[in-house]
Amino acid sequence: MIELTINGSPHKLDVAAEMPLLWALRDILKMTGSKYGCGMGLCGACTVHLDGEATRSCVLPVSAAVGRKITTIEGLSENGDHPVQKAWLDKKVAQCGYCQVGQIMSATSLLDKNDQPTDDDIDQAMGGNICRCGTYPRIRSAIHSAAKLYREAK
Amino acid sequence: MSFLQKIGVVPNLEKQPEHDECAIENVSRRSFIKGAGMTGASLVIGVQFSANSLAASKSDEFSPDVFISMDKKGTVTVISHRSEMGQGIRSSLPLLIADEMECDWERVVVEQAIGDAKYGSQNTDGSRSVRRFYVRLKQAGATARTMLQQAAAQVWKVDVDQVTIYNHQAKLNNSNKTLDFAQLGEIAASLPVPDKETLKLKTEAEHRYVGKENMENLDGKAIVTGKAIFGFDVEVTGMKYAVIARPPVVFGKVKSLDDSEAMKVPGVIKIIQMPALSPPAVFNMLGGVAVIAENTWAAIEARKKLKIEWDHGANASYNTKSHEAVFKKALQNPPHTVRNRGDWEQAKSAANKTLTQDYYVAGLAHATMEPPAATAIVTDKGVDVWTCTQTPQSAQRNAMGVMQYPQERAKDVNIHVTLLGGGFGRKSKPDYIAEAVFLAKETGMPIKVQWTREDEIKHGYYHSPSYQRLSATFDKKGAATGWYHSMVNHPIAATFNPNAKQAGSAELGQADMPYDLPNIKILNGESDTFMRIGWVRSVTNINNAFAACSFADEMAYHAGQDPKDYLLQLIGKDQHIDLAKDGYQYGNYGEQASVFPVDTARLKNVIKLVANKAGWGKKLAKGHGMGIAAHRSFCGYIATVVEVSTDNGKVKLENITYAVDSGKVINPDRVRSQMEGAAIFSTSLAFYGEITADNGIVEQGNFHDYEMARMSQIPDIEVHIVNSDEPPAGVGEPGVPPFAPALCNAIFAATGNRYRRLPLKQFGIV
Repeated sequence: MIELTINGSPHKLDVAAEMPLLWALRDILKMTGSKYGCGMGLCGACTVHLDGEATRSCVLPVSAAVGRKITTIEGLSENGDHPVQKAWLDKKVAQCGYCQVGQIMSATSLLDKNDQPTDDDIDQAMGGNICRCGTYPRIRSAIHSAAKLYREAK
Repeated sequence: MSFLQKIGVVPNLEKQPEHDECAIENVSRRSFIKGAGMTGASLVIGVQFSANSLAASKSDEFSPDVFISMDKKGTVTVISHRSEMGQGIRSSLPLLIADEMECDWERVVVEQAIGDAKYGSQNTDGSRSVRRFYVRLKQAGATARTMLQQAAAQVWKVDVDQVTIYNHQAKLNNSNKTLDFAQLGEIAASLPVPDKETLKLKTEAEHRYVGKENMENLDGKAIVTGKAIFGFDVEVTGMKYAVIARPPVVFGKVKSLDDSEAMKVPGVIKIIQMPALSPPAVFNMLGGVAVIAENTWAAIEARKKLKIEWDHGANASYNTKSHEAVFKKALQNPPHTVRNRGDWEQAKSAANKTLTQDYYVAGLAHATMEPPAATAIVTDKGVDVWTCTQTPQSAQRNAMGVMQYPQERAKDVNIHVTLLGGGFGRKSKPDYIAEAVFLAKETGMPIKVQWTREDEIKHGYYHSPSYQRLSATFDKKGAATGWYHSMVNHPIAATFNPNAKQAGSAELGQADMPYDLPNIKILNGESDTFMRIGWVRSVTNINNAFAACSFADEMAYHAGQDPKDYLLQLIGKDQHIDLAKDGYQYGNYGEQASVFPVDTARLKNVIKLVANKAGWGKKLAKGHGMGIAAHRSFCGYIATVVEVSTDNGKVKLENITYAVDSGKVINPDRVRSQMEGAAIFSTSLAFYGEITADNGIVEQGNFHDYEMARMSQIPDIEVHIVNSDEPPAGVGEPGVPPFAPALCNAIFAATGNRYRRLPLKQFGIV
């Protein structure tokens, strides 16, 4: 049995220790917010927070997540009103939307540490997230406006 | 008309009606609306778009494409029969209806249609959703509004012109009396549909939602909270997970299989050999070996342990790199003249100078962020499939094929359309749906087939690599006198007919080129095909526009003129180009030339606009260069200016500017987002896009060797939309073609180096 703490709740999973967290979330716990995109940590669609750090869940064995705090999109906010989610809606970032959960998780991890990111900081933090529809400029702009919301909330 | 029909491999059963031809009926009392989520509705309006609509409306065969329904609380539901893949159509089409119907947008909900012939064609490709339905959806909305107005007049016992409809309410003029739509639905439902001729459609100025900013994206909240359901996210009770080891070479077969190690992987339930595929590929299953397991991970791990010996078949002879020489040879004397004006040969012999260059654009994969996925349940009653598809009806036909159902069992096959995590044309090819149905049928279990990224890259319907030769002739004064463009690729038609050899498709940016020269010759060569070839966002416009718009730039430099001025000069006078005069029957994206002419004035207008907005001609920083390209596709006119800088031999995008004339615009923000996306899609293909095969096996497999543009490479993108009263044109695809040539023209301006091959990665400059 693998014991995980996800979005503050304990979960017991009867899965192989090497099963990537992504498939445990999606197939076992039916939390499908985190997406599959590449299975190699190349695209960021599966990004979750592990102790606050943006982490690619498709290459993280569940055994490596034991005893650590996992946050997924399902636990990011109660009502979808996290500053990053608000900024995403305000800037109408999403096109197909498939990669956006991963983008949002990477962006929140950045802003939790740095609420005054430069364009370079953003490019750096978001470099692992691919968006095929092409929403990068809006993501950058949404992160700047979310940063403003972060600072105002202080 | 689908691309298949256009290229002549599927008969065009779906004759396109006139743009305002449709039948609208009050179907509130009809039985068929049950099951379409319409129970409890008070007023239901159906619209039928098909060609025989007028006749059908008088019979029982009326089968609406679009429903507008209103429940007793006044909530208006619009059924979207088009697939949403990021282009915003689930918001845009209902917006049009809601505006014309005078709804409160907050009280409108959208329901996704299942795949059903009753909706007419649901094939969401070819950038046509708005183009085809603009007037007709306005009429549908106006019909509902008029009936609600009549209902209110009945209640108040006044003439209809005493009633004003505004924002979900009827108001009695010169009084304080109002009635909510909710109070009027039942009465409206009892009224006959007004004659179409009597409808008063809103003018552009009267629109409250159409053409306005700040319209909310319907699925936005679901997306940012992770609640949006894509094909990959479908979950049905008792569902098992399948991944498939497909033949590495198309039409290859399993020679021998040892699955003993794979069966030992915990969670594996079954291993099933798929039926082998023989030509033509169409949308059939590729074959191979399927692993069915309790979870995706077990299925993927077990697949690695399958020991399969493949018979690769005839396509194992194919090598992309060496085939380039075959392409080149095919252009020595291309047999198919597509368009001919004047006398090219004569122009050549009379020319003072002839400029000739060859261009090569590599093959491309779709690389949708969400790979294909489908979930199927098969019972003796029929089939249910939940999937991300652009074309639910061909998915339905495909499923029926697997089930060997006769036509009359179409009603037993339900295709439930989820959101699509990108489409780009891949999800209009429902091979993955056939796989899910086959496995559900074989196992008796609900099955979700998921393609891994490797599956998606290695087993695609690729944009073909292409080889092109461009020539221009100049007279003694240096004026251009002739244009020659020959192109060869693996045609899409070969996916449907193995004997198809003529390159395609000339009508996507090759033969419809707009330069007004006295001598024009457009030709296609022939080639065999060794992979599945399909349409990828903007299709052969990608390579045709790359070559043609690059070459126009080369001609400008050759003539010693400014590329923008030269381009305007090449296009020449304002006119609607009559391609038939050059012996060319132009498909025009299935549209009539009278409604959607090839209008040079509009093309020149976007060139001038983009040049103006980008500051064309201004002094640039050292190492910077600006390039321009303009292209009409899907009846839309796009011009792009790209500014690059160079540092240490590396090219960096500095500014990207688009000017767009796509006629009337429903949702300007989504037009802008499509152009932004097109620029980035094109950056990926211009920088990195290259699918190659050796021994018939695709050599790329994931984002490390089939790379995508990343955020740090993309500057802000400016999009300027021409305010136009012309009918709406396509938007989803036309932003792609002009980008790559504008980029390479900019690199030339910055460095003096001309790149005639894509992707640029091979030159070490990106």
